Amino acid sequence: MRDIFLNMVKNFIQKSKVLSEEDIRNILYRLTNQILENEPEVENLILIGIQTRGVYLANRIKDIIKEIKNIEIPLGVLDITFYRDDLTKVGTNPIVRTTDIDFDINDKIIILVDDVLFTGRTVRAALDEIMDFGRPKKIKLLVLIDRGHRELPIKADFVGKNIPTSTDEVVVVYLKEIDDKDEVIIGNLKKD
Amino acid sequence: MKKQDNQIKWTRKDLLDLESLSKEEIELILTTAESFKEVSKRQIKKVPALRGKTLVNLFYEPSTRTRVSFEIAAKRLSLDVINISVETSSVRKGETLIDTGKNIEALKVDVIVVRHSSSGAAALLARHTNLSVVNAGDGWHEHPTQALLDIFTIKEKLHRIEGLNITIVGDIAHSRVARSNIWGLKKLGANVCVCAPEMLLPYEVEKFGVKVTTDLDEALKDADVVNVLRMQFERDIQSAFPNQLEYFKKYGITEERLKYAKKDIIVMHPGPINRGIEISSAVADGLNSVILEQVTNGIAVRMAVLFLVVSANEYLKR
Repeated sequence: MRDIFLNMVKNFIQKSKVLSEEDIRNILYRLTNQILENEPEVENLILIGIQTRGVYLANRIKDIIKEIKNIEIPLGVLDITFYRDDLTKVGTNPIVRTTDIDFDINDKIIILVDDVLFTGRTVRAALDEIMDFGRPKKIKLLVLIDRGHRELPIKADFVGKNIPTSTDEVVVVYLKEIDDKDEVIIGNLKKD
Repeated sequence: MKKQDNQIKWTRKDLLDLESLSKEEIELILTTAESFKEVSKRQIKKVPALRGKTLVNLFYEPSTRTRVSFEIAAKRLSLDVINISVETSSVRKGETLIDTGKNIEALKVDVIVVRHSSSGAAALLARHTNLSVVNAGDGWHEHPTQALLDIFTIKEKLHRIEGLNITIVGDIAHSRVARSNIWGLKKLGANVCVCAPEMLLPYEVEKFGVKVTTDLDEALKDADVVNVLRMQFERDIQSAFPNQLEYFKKYGITEERLKYAKKDIIVMHPGPINRGIEISSAVADGLNSVILEQVTNGIAVRMAVLFLVVSANEYLKR
């Protein structure tokens, strides 16, 4: 899904900017405070970011937790390529990134982090993959943007911003670690 | 990270050789294999990537390690695996390779891994069926996954291929492993040297763009890696080199021999090793040896290859 999305991204016209650098920063502080409020057992928390931008967001949340609580939370990296349900759509562009969860997840509280929640299929794949690593006490989902259009019964526990969209629109998240700027925009797909 | 978003296309339904692959395609296999290596370190060493697909191992020549490696790779991708060994199959009744392939295709199999004593056998199957075909060794032609796992292992150890001096020692003439290694390594920018007795060097071998020598000490002098081929005395090479002991004295890789090589030279061997013929036990089990790491890496590399060819074929079939 992500790879198709990346292909699409080269192919759109920007319509509006929905989040600025400062917005993203404030949202991440707010979401981190919500996590700490809801999950007081900080010592059992684990962050897992979904490749690629979910990892950067998870890493920023890890830093904020360190700042607030002075605790290092383990950070795992998840690539869901092997668990996806649309191999035929990946077709000739399978980009496989690495999964890296080198700690015990049994009985832990996992905060699963992604940039955009759309159909829910990425999250379904991520949940299946995490289960192959052990039996966490619970998994909570954190997303920067929820754009609607779910195809599976999946709901985020922590949402940065709800953005109603139509299916021919794209939501693009830029993060400094990889894109040289922090910004979220909505665009229209070019039809050609 | 950013670089990875510049997508390299994999459009091949088969992996038949390294000669026809581009540098970028080889690099894509290696990067994909890095991701698959992690799967074998998990408690549950299996991902559902190719669930519901079927693989047939079709081996016309004896092989344990390659067949088992493919079988493990396939199972870790959730492929269903059927092994056909020729001794017990209809091939004995005179069925042709193409007919066998078409029958396997009619069973709605997705990918076939084939080893055959004739060069070009895998290509023939690929041409006459819509199956994904992976060459597990055809005659003296190529053994691409072995070379890929050799290259993967070198890259893991030395973090690059370009500019390295890599020596291949042994029966170059009859070795598909050597040919695949030469193609792959040259494409990635390594300097390749082949070393063997005159009779075991292929005709016009220098046309591969490799350095050729019959002197082992010279071949080892600047080498970062030495890949030691198995002397296949069970095949009819007695005429080329009559005496195993003589071979060991002249071309066997021993501690004594390595004294004149780089201290941290990497010693590789595709297996199975003949201790005391092409390599001494001390070297095979020594600190420079990565022979068992090659075996481990073979799984990740074969997972990557199976994943890429089956995904591409799914796409092409639509």
